[in-house]
Amino acid sequence: MVTTSVSSNPQPTLVARELSVFYGEKQAVFDVDLDIMPREVTAFIGPSGCGKSTLLRCFNRMNDLIEICRTTGSMLLDGHDIAGPDVDVVQLRSRIGMVFQKPNPFPKSVYDNVAYGPRLHGLAPSRSDLDELVETSLRRAGIWEEVKDRVDQPGTSLSGGQQQRLCIARAIAVRPDVLLMDEPCSALDPIATATIEELIDELRSEYTIIIVTHNMQQAARVSQKTAFLNLGRLIEFDETKKIFTNPSEQSTQDYITGRFG
Amino acid sequence: MLSYLPLLIIVLFGVGAFYASRARIGAAAEQPLPGLPGHYGWYGTLWTVVPATLVYAVWAVIDGQIIRGIVLSDYPGLSDAEATLLFVSIENAAAGVMTEDVPMASVELLRKLEHLSTAARFAVVTAVSVLGFFWGWRRIRPELTARDRVETALLVALFIASIIAILTTVGIVLSLVVETFRFFQLVSPFEFFFGLEWSPQIALREDQVAASGAFGAVPVFAGTLLITVIAMLVAGPIGLMSAIYLAEYAHPRVRAVIKPLLEILAGIPTVVYGFFAALVLAPSMRNLGVDLGLTISSESALAAGLIMGIMIIPFVSSLSDDIMTSVPMSLREGSYGLGATASETIKRVVLPAATPGIVGAFMLAISRAIGETMIVVMAAGLAANLTANPFEAVTTVTVQIATLLVGDHEFDSEKTMAAFALGLTLFFVTLALNVVALRVVQKYSERYD
Repeated sequence: MVTTSVSSNPQPTLVARELSVFYGEKQAVFDVDLDIMPREVTAFIGPSGCGKSTLLRCFNRMNDLIEICRTTGSMLLDGHDIAGPDVDVVQLRSRIGMVFQKPNPFPKSVYDNVAYGPRLHGLAPSRSDLDELVETSLRRAGIWEEVKDRVDQPGTSLSGGQQQRLCIARAIAVRPDVLLMDEPCSALDPIATATIEELIDELRSEYTIIIVTHNMQQAARVSQKTAFLNLGRLIEFDETKKIFTNPSEQSTQDYITGRFG
Repeated sequence: MLSYLPLLIIVLFGVGAFYASRARIGAAAEQPLPGLPGHYGWYGTLWTVVPATLVYAVWAVIDGQIIRGIVLSDYPGLSDAEATLLFVSIENAAAGVMTEDVPMASVELLRKLEHLSTAARFAVVTAVSVLGFFWGWRRIRPELTARDRVETALLVALFIASIIAILTTVGIVLSLVVETFRFFQLVSPFEFFFGLEWSPQIALREDQVAASGAFGAVPVFAGTLLITVIAMLVAGPIGLMSAIYLAEYAHPRVRAVIKPLLEILAGIPTVVYGFFAALVLAPSMRNLGVDLGLTISSESALAAGLIMGIMIIPFVSSLSDDIMTSVPMSLREGSYGLGATASETIKRVVLPAATPGIVGAFMLAISRAIGETMIVVMAAGLAANLTANPFEAVTTVTVQIATLLVGDHEFDSEKTMAAFALGLTLFFVTLALNVVALRVVQKYSERYD
């Protein structure tokens, strides 16, 4: 059922073991074992409702916000437990950033959007430190040149693609190790999508990235590893090249060739 | 009774016209029509009902004037006041109330004219209705764009409805302005706006001491301000905090219970709050004041303000809760995803996004507090003290308006006209408040889409 990851790196960043998620009585994710390697892009693909977003939201404990949601199994970040009830969720979320499906900049200025996380966590003691951190984050998100003259304007006044890059800048401003991206391009046009994909490729040098996507070409383009999920189970997890050229499971092949999903 | 008969006729004819017109087009229709059969029915009804109703209304307005003119033409050379007095006594006599000193010939004439008018109106209205019906009937052909015509008629009706509210407001303001203008001819505006003493005495006799009274409105407005501030100090924090609890923390089941319970507060009649304040709260506060060595009068601004604050809590909490709940979940997730706690998310994302609506909720609560009369009458008293001490009795603008106009007074005394001046000033104060609040909201609103 579950294949082990083929890995050249010694230590995985994120480890999930027998991870299951329940919404009330209904089980959404079944016994997932997964190793996410550092400085790589891992893509979660699968048909709608297969549990890929739910699985993604386990890693920064966003599922905690849903009252009826319950998680069992274990998760480790760099060898430390992140699934237990005693875990400092605030600390965890500052190490695992998230970018959402629909760009969701706060109704504040571009500057305040990026400065939001650093202010929460006290990352920039002085104003000039904060200025620098905001600029670096915007540069890394590849949006600095476009917004440097209007950082005082509301983030919501930017275009959709710019808003999403602003949200990426906002996420990396708290200096996380891992970035979770939940279908980050599904609300964007093809040109904005291409920009974000290039950005993801650049960010790989510094961050471990997990991206959920509906778009198989996107998974093939940006990721090094791909996990295929169906009906809440991890069907296959391997090098992206192998998944898209020579998958081991029949259902993976069926999905990739467009026979269902 | 008889005077309503034409209306009954109009309604019956209207219903008949609907079915008749619909049947007529139903019989003629071969090709697709520019309208459903019902539209042709309504077209017929409109022609039958609208002109006849207009005639009825105009008749009702002018026939009294015409009859009065005819009756009084037998009495040339009367002044306006004498004419009015005479005509009222003739009318009363005709209705069988009084028969002293009334020229019977005029009474008879009036009765005769009134009967004539009623009968003629019945005949004319019926005729107009029938004529209207046939006019419409003749025009009902398959080429008639009945749907468009009926839609246009509907549009006109909606327009008239919206105009009525505006015209009423204009009328109210004009009547206030006219009376206020007359008041300012008797009392100088300077005294009204800047005078520090308010005691609108009634002159029982012409030569009474202090018959003219003092009309300095400052203490009255200061009282309103004091009580409103106290009420908002109670309702603002409590309402906002309960809204935050309801919107952000409460379990849906808890919310489903607490929210309606809070809203019940708004449904309690203010007179009940008033006697609670006057009979329970104010005496216990006075006793507490005695224990603490403070002088709290048994009617105090504090008692009225506290109770009023309790009353307007739901205006703040319920609206603010609705507004916070409508802030998109994606914004909260974005904040939580960056490691914010619930309270940080509320303070930095939810409240700023909800600010325009919350300001609106506060404005509604403030206007409610300013307009409240009954609680103040019962709990704060009628004494127009100019004070910032909440333990003393004060009075408010609305209470003074009510007391000035209650009872038997001439309507052209300074006392009654002062009420209009107070009303007009209050109107402009609340208008200014609303404009300022709107500006604030527009300036600081953070848009989310």
